[in-house]
Amino acid sequence: MIDFLLLMKQELIITVIIFTLLLLKIGTEMSNTAILNLANGLLLFNLAAGFMGNQAGMLFDGMFFTNPLIVLQKNILSLGTLIVSLQSSSWLKKHEHVPEFYILLLSNLLGMFFMISTGNLLMFYVGLELSSIPLAAMANFDLGKRKSSEAAMKFIVSSAFASGLLLFGISLVYGATGTLTFSELASHITGGPLPVFAFVLLLAGFAFKISVVPFHLWTADVYEGAPVAVTSWLSVISKGSVLFVFVSVLYTVFKPMAGTWYNMLFVLSMLTILIGNLFAIRQNNIKRFLAFSSIAQIGFILVGITGSSQLATASVVYFVLIYVFSNLAAFGVVALVSSVTGREQVSDYKGFYKTNPVLSWVLTIALFSLAGVPPTAGFFGKFFLLMSGAGKGNYVLITVAALNMIISFYYYLRIVKAIFMDANEHPIEHLAIPAYPKLAMFICVAGIIITGLTGYIYDYIHSLSFGL
Amino acid sequence: MEYSNYIALIPLLPLAGFVLLGLFGKKTFAKSAGIVGTLFLFISTILAFYTAYQYFFVNGKVNGVYQPVTALQYTWLQFSLGMSIDMGALLDPASVMMLVVVTFVSLMVHVFSLGYMKGEERFATYYAFLGLFTFSMLGLVLSTNIFQIYIFWELVGVSSFLLIGFYYDRPAAVAAAKKAFIVTRFADLGFLIGILILAFYSGTLDFGTMIQRITGTNSPVLAQMTGYGVVGIPVLSWALTLVFIGGAGKSAMFPLHIWLPDAMEGPTPVSALIHAATMVVAGVYLVARLYPIYLIDVSVLKLITWVGAISAFLAAIIACTQTDIKRVLAYSTISQIGYMLFALGVPAYGEAVNTGYTASLFHLFTHAFFKSLLFLGAGAVIHFIHTNEMGNMGGLRKFMPITHATFLIACLAIAGIPPLAGFFSKEEILITAWQSNKLIYYIALITSGITAFYMFRLYFSIFYNKTSTHSDHHGEGNLNMKLPLLVLAAAAIVVGFIPFTHFVAANGKGEEITISASFSIAPIAMALAGISLAFVLYFNENDQPQKLATAIGGLYRAIRQKFYFDELYLFITKKIIFNGIAKPAAWFDKNIVDGFMNKLGWATTGISERIKALQSGSIQSYTLYFFGGIIALAAVFIYLWT
Repeated sequence: MIDFLLLMKQELIITVIIFTLLLLKIGTEMSNTAILNLANGLLLFNLAAGFMGNQAGMLFDGMFFTNPLIVLQKNILSLGTLIVSLQSSSWLKKHEHVPEFYILLLSNLLGMFFMISTGNLLMFYVGLELSSIPLAAMANFDLGKRKSSEAAMKFIVSSAFASGLLLFGISLVYGATGTLTFSELASHITGGPLPVFAFVLLLAGFAFKISVVPFHLWTADVYEGAPVAVTSWLSVISKGSVLFVFVSVLYTVFKPMAGTWYNMLFVLSMLTILIGNLFAIRQNNIKRFLAFSSIAQIGFILVGITGSSQLATASVVYFVLIYVFSNLAAFGVVALVSSVTGREQVSDYKGFYKTNPVLSWVLTIALFSLAGVPPTAGFFGKFFLLMSGAGKGNYVLITVAALNMIISFYYYLRIVKAIFMDANEHPIEHLAIPAYPKLAMFICVAGIIITGLTGYIYDYIHSLSFGL
Repeated sequence: MEYSNYIALIPLLPLAGFVLLGLFGKKTFAKSAGIVGTLFLFISTILAFYTAYQYFFVNGKVNGVYQPVTALQYTWLQFSLGMSIDMGALLDPASVMMLVVVTFVSLMVHVFSLGYMKGEERFATYYAFLGLFTFSMLGLVLSTNIFQIYIFWELVGVSSFLLIGFYYDRPAAVAAAKKAFIVTRFADLGFLIGILILAFYSGTLDFGTMIQRITGTNSPVLAQMTGYGVVGIPVLSWALTLVFIGGAGKSAMFPLHIWLPDAMEGPTPVSALIHAATMVVAGVYLVARLYPIYLIDVSVLKLITWVGAISAFLAAIIACTQTDIKRVLAYSTISQIGYMLFALGVPAYGEAVNTGYTASLFHLFTHAFFKSLLFLGAGAVIHFIHTNEMGNMGGLRKFMPITHATFLIACLAIAGIPPLAGFFSKEEILITAWQSNKLIYYIALITSGITAFYMFRLYFSIFYNKTSTHSDHHGEGNLNMKLPLLVLAAAAIVVGFIPFTHFVAANGKGEEITISASFSIAPIAMALAGISLAFVLYFNENDQPQKLATAIGGLYRAIRQKFYFDELYLFITKKIIFNGIAKPAAWFDKNIVDGFMNKLGWATTGISERIKALQSGSIQSYTLYFFGGIIALAAVFIYLWT
């Protein structure tokens, strides 16, 4: 029982918070501000509690397991959730269904936690679904907007399709090996056609969630239609969680097929980086632009994953952490501007520096970090990913990746140029930054700088990591 | 004093200036920003000179050899087994010399800008950026390892981007800033991959350890790196070439030079700092840093030689056709950096290993002074006359006596006239080339003649040629602008007499480079020929010979003969050199090299238009692609690629 409480503490806390909010929703008439304060407080408590204790162990016959790296990954997701929640406060304040939003959000997070801690493919599937279905409802949360409903519909249909194929893959795995437990699977998987086919189906399931080309097509429409808070959640937290599981599944369950999946990732990562960049380059809507550039970022992460060493795991976790800070900082500014003025075009940001110097710097630092300009954290993140990929000696992959880094420099710089250098007759007016978003931006910018400049964080992640 | 006590202050003081002026500049220091920035840098400069004194004269030499001193070392990240990323300060003759150059020139630019940028709306921002740049450049120079140098390398790029685009209300300046950033980023890509390869094989990022591991006798690392090849070229050559590409980008070597002439859109003092003395020579410094490794791989050194020599020659020719005075200087910079690079590379053909290194860095040293003087002089002229076009100038010597005198000194120095600084360093480069590869020597010799020609074409066009129509309404500029010119002119006269070879040498001991007087005849003759040609063509508007002819009468025929010579020269230069070589070279530069980069941009956007169709918005097609992806992956990996 003690074990149960200690090992599952993060899941249990989330569950308790969900029920608390549900009861409050049913039983009381709290104002939006009060609910927001409470929810943010609880999320902060959840984050703090996550750092207490660091046990490793197993529950339910290996269905659920945890270790310090997994605890860290969950903490990164909790941190991201807190930031998203802080940033969306001004949007939520005007909304009628705030408790519901948090219930959906946290169910989502709970699903991710189970998914990361899973030791069994079925459990993995349940976690994945729990982290997908509430998302469809969240995408529809701009209740009056058609685009929002369209996004939700597209998401649920594509998601169902992907899940169907994923389940098919799982059943094929079971057919080929007779087990679904990770620890047993590793010794039963062979490189024959059936396991390879099953793996491709599983891979497609993962690829769908992290929007790897060609499984990414839902991304654009959903990102554009969904509320900014949901878009940032989708592109950062949701992807981060699946990446964590992806790495551990590849490195443990599909270890015997390492040669095969290495080549698959090689192909997919090149495709993803290229297509993601080419799409991002012509986006004029800044939300869509951030969404597409996040596809290219995933491609870089895949490059890191191909390294399959301790460095690879460490660099992926490290990069996701940095990515949480950088992308959420960018989304935070965009969300604020969009919620107050409704302007979302890149050209709207011309002359932004004149009227909003603080927001301009936040956005610039975030974009520099996303582009990987030293000395921001993003540079170190990308450098380690490339370093990990280079460990395999595949210079074609590294060259393509590095070339695309340059292309991405170009389009990130385009926005920085608009902010600082372009003249504008009607720049976005001066915006007051409310307290919660301000706190979120502060966390993000501090994160971007500190994660890069202090070696300690990377060292810590590296010490927890494992390779193939 | 121990170095570790104060060495960090040298880069950190300009950084403090940047932070202070960046945060509070607009309000608190709107007027005094220049003084504040200059003061910070002044202290840095004093510390740098003190360091140089300590290192070169007090304790740098152990047993007659200058030892590298790691003055500071902070482990930023223990990366993996034995490999760590550090930040630190490395003192050796090359870095200490650069320390002096960077702080000194930067200080001169700071002082000059007090007058030049006065009244500018974003005065404080300008000084903040200057501080950031100086910090980055000093960090680069002091780097102890290849990773640190890369980080500062990028920072230098960023701050140069900000400075070139300083006049952000001019579209040309913004475009130029972007071009500079993107082109050098392209080159840096090579650098980054080169670093990854070097680090991967040698297992370290530290310069000293890396050099030791690769160049040690019977080094297993070297065996590995030369044993394994990609496309038939050993990994070592790849790595060194890629690192060199990074350097070539920053140093604006052909064909990556295209950003430098455009970068002249920035404020002129910035050009003096970044595009003459400091950032653009980073490529030379990088190669010099890894020189022992480069010496192993003769093929890469030969490549460097030819890139340098071709750049030196072509840029000199193009400089003859430019009418914007800053662009002339920009091409001249490319040409002079070409000299430095082939001096490093040319020993690959012969025995003169160490003289190449010394000669190259000597030229870097002297060039920094006279080229920044030229840029600041040009700045003073532009400040006076409000145009960059040579055609609108002429006869300015009366209005700007100090600028005129100092500009002349700089021109003589770059032309290689003794006893000015440029003469000594150029002689060393030429003798290195002579001893190693005669063809390179002749290219260098001809180039030095062209150099003298275009520099004096510039000089005569600005200060003589026509009588000026300008009135002397605001004078030559205040003391802030004159003082740096005078100081730099003094430097351009005396630095050549520094026994540089004793201080900076590849082996640390010092070199004895003896140049016989007879060897100097050819270069000096070339330079004089170039100057004379410029004199004949540009000293006056060209009706002068006829006036002379009628006035002197009896000597008419002889003078007329001479006039035919002029015609001949005119024909050769205007018709053959200008139209036959220089114009095509400029055309090639503009259409092919620039054009390629533009095409690349169009192609990218073009493809991105094409794949738009993928994103149709229809969910049926999305699932189709999804399923297609699965089938394709399964088919390929089950049947084809197993």
